[in-house]
Amino acid sequence: MASDQKTSTGFHHALKVKQEVCIGCTHCMTVCPTEAIRVKDGMAVITDERCVDCGMCLRSCPVKAIHVDHDDFNHIFDYKYRIALVPAVLIGQFPEDISVEQIYSVLADIGFTHVYEAEHGVDLLHQTMLEYVKKPIVAKPVISSFCPAIVRLIQVRFPALTENVMLLKPPLDVASLYIKKRLVDEGALDHEIGIFYITPCAAKIAAIKSPVGEDVSAITGVINLDFIFNKIYRTIKATPRGSSFPLPDVSPLTGIAVKWSLTHGEADHIPGRSLAIDEIHNVMDFLEKIENEEISDIDFLELRACDESCAGGVLTTANRFLTVERLNHRASETIRRQTESGLSANNQNEMAPYFGHLLPLIRVDEVQPRGIMQLDKDMAEAMRKMNKRNKVYNALPKVDCGACGAPSCQALAEDIAQEKASFDQCFFIRNRMLTAGKIQLSDSKQILDSIWGNNKLKKLGEGNDPTKENQ
Amino acid sequence: MQFEFEVTGGDFANAGTASSQVKKILKQLNVSVSDIKRIVVALYEAEVNIVAHAYSGVVTVEIETTQVRIILKDSGPGIPDIDLAMQQGYSTASPEVREMGFGAGMGLPNIKRNMDVLNISSEVGIGTTVEMIAFLNVA
Repeated sequence: MASDQKTSTGFHHALKVKQEVCIGCTHCMTVCPTEAIRVKDGMAVITDERCVDCGMCLRSCPVKAIHVDHDDFNHIFDYKYRIALVPAVLIGQFPEDISVEQIYSVLADIGFTHVYEAEHGVDLLHQTMLEYVKKPIVAKPVISSFCPAIVRLIQVRFPALTENVMLLKPPLDVASLYIKKRLVDEGALDHEIGIFYITPCAAKIAAIKSPVGEDVSAITGVINLDFIFNKIYRTIKATPRGSSFPLPDVSPLTGIAVKWSLTHGEADHIPGRSLAIDEIHNVMDFLEKIENEEISDIDFLELRACDESCAGGVLTTANRFLTVERLNHRASETIRRQTESGLSANNQNEMAPYFGHLLPLIRVDEVQPRGIMQLDKDMAEAMRKMNKRNKVYNALPKVDCGACGAPSCQALAEDIAQEKASFDQCFFIRNRMLTAGKIQLSDSKQILDSIWGNNKLKKLGEGNDPTKENQ
Repeated sequence: MQFEFEVTGGDFANAGTASSQVKKILKQLNVSVSDIKRIVVALYEAEVNIVAHAYSGVVTVEIETTQVRIILKDSGPGIPDIDLAMQQGYSTASPEVREMGFGAGMGLPNIKRNMDVLNISSEVGIGTTVEMIAFLNVA
């Protein structure tokens, strides 16, 4: 499994650059909210400890050079019990005329023995959260642990707020703990159970491969949602109408659970002042104010890295607004049916008998800060570097052109202070050095190549030179 | 090292700019999370005080490895009775300022609680100078 390898810093991130595809265009570098990307040798390079797996780079890449490193699908066949743990947004990827049952039956057809929705963990989690936010010792606002990109963002950018992160596992972990326990109770052996999460985003992968606040995840592997979407859609299209596959064991979700992963999915069901904020830049603006205590008296924050939350996950294929519409529709149908049948949600919850067993397992240890902002561990040294950075920054042109291979003049100044870059990487500075005779043309070319590689201008060869007229 | 920030009286939209900047600087200098928190909270309160009561002010932040010293010097009405102003819940903020959610009379007590040294000198009709120091918790 390629995904098992941890990065040199011990922090797993699932976003990877395909070196043979990357054209070194700076799109990803300029959108990265943690300034984790630099261009070297004509290629984007992601700094491990800064990456929070939000996926902004993947969205911005014009040549699809950034991919999400997931597990090999055939890995599922190593297990006797092959469980597909799917997010509710998977259903939202398909048009309404393809039923939930149809989608699940195809999952069984491609090899899974069981299908569960990750949101099965919501009912127990929601009950526990209601107790959790009431506790007077808990730091307010309580920040939901649902979105792993946000948890990591807080660790690296807002270390002071790590104590606010809710110490409860997200629904998919709760669901997987339940599935495992139930199968073992029914006679399955631990090593026979393979739980595979179908992920709508990169961040969930990192959360499973190197979990925050817990030792190991109960989830065996992760498969990208777009990959599964293609597999399901192809099978449905290739199947004659009317034919049916055996339906796997599926129990219905409650209305709350169906919409849990959407924006407001959590906040609307937590009493007090509960806010829902989606899209990583919006979240960063808000956390900035929370950290300064400019905003106070808020009880609960639902923060999601993607616009429209999981419906807008980087591995989703459908339009996020249509996904939201479909899930809203499904939730209201669910509520209508449950009201008609006169059964409350909990009566229908097959997980209810397991609540006592699961309760102690859904807590996690404190989330540790892993700040990336400091210039040096030693304060005196950090002050020296800050002085240098400020001096360098003042001399830079402040156009943030990215031609130096760093996302901004500020970032280049910091890299120079950290001795990771040199002054002459700046085009403006280099040009001045050249005219002043401080460097030769050949030096200039060498610097350019070190940032942009020597293939960049290959196409600018014979017969393809726009500087020559009449071609 | 030393940093200076200007604060404009009545500019509530930009209140908090200096504390935000200082927070960023202290994070980069690897000051402990708890020290950053108390310094930033105190500075924000002091900054809002200038915005709410004075015409203009200058914030000077001196950072050493052992302490952070902040001086806020404003031109404004001054404080006639500093002891009274230090009392929790006491405020001379105008109804307009209170309506914006400021002026609860918690500012100075909050600063005192968070900083290790607080000195206030004031001249009525001229202005107020607040000096505050936090000794850093060196690991």
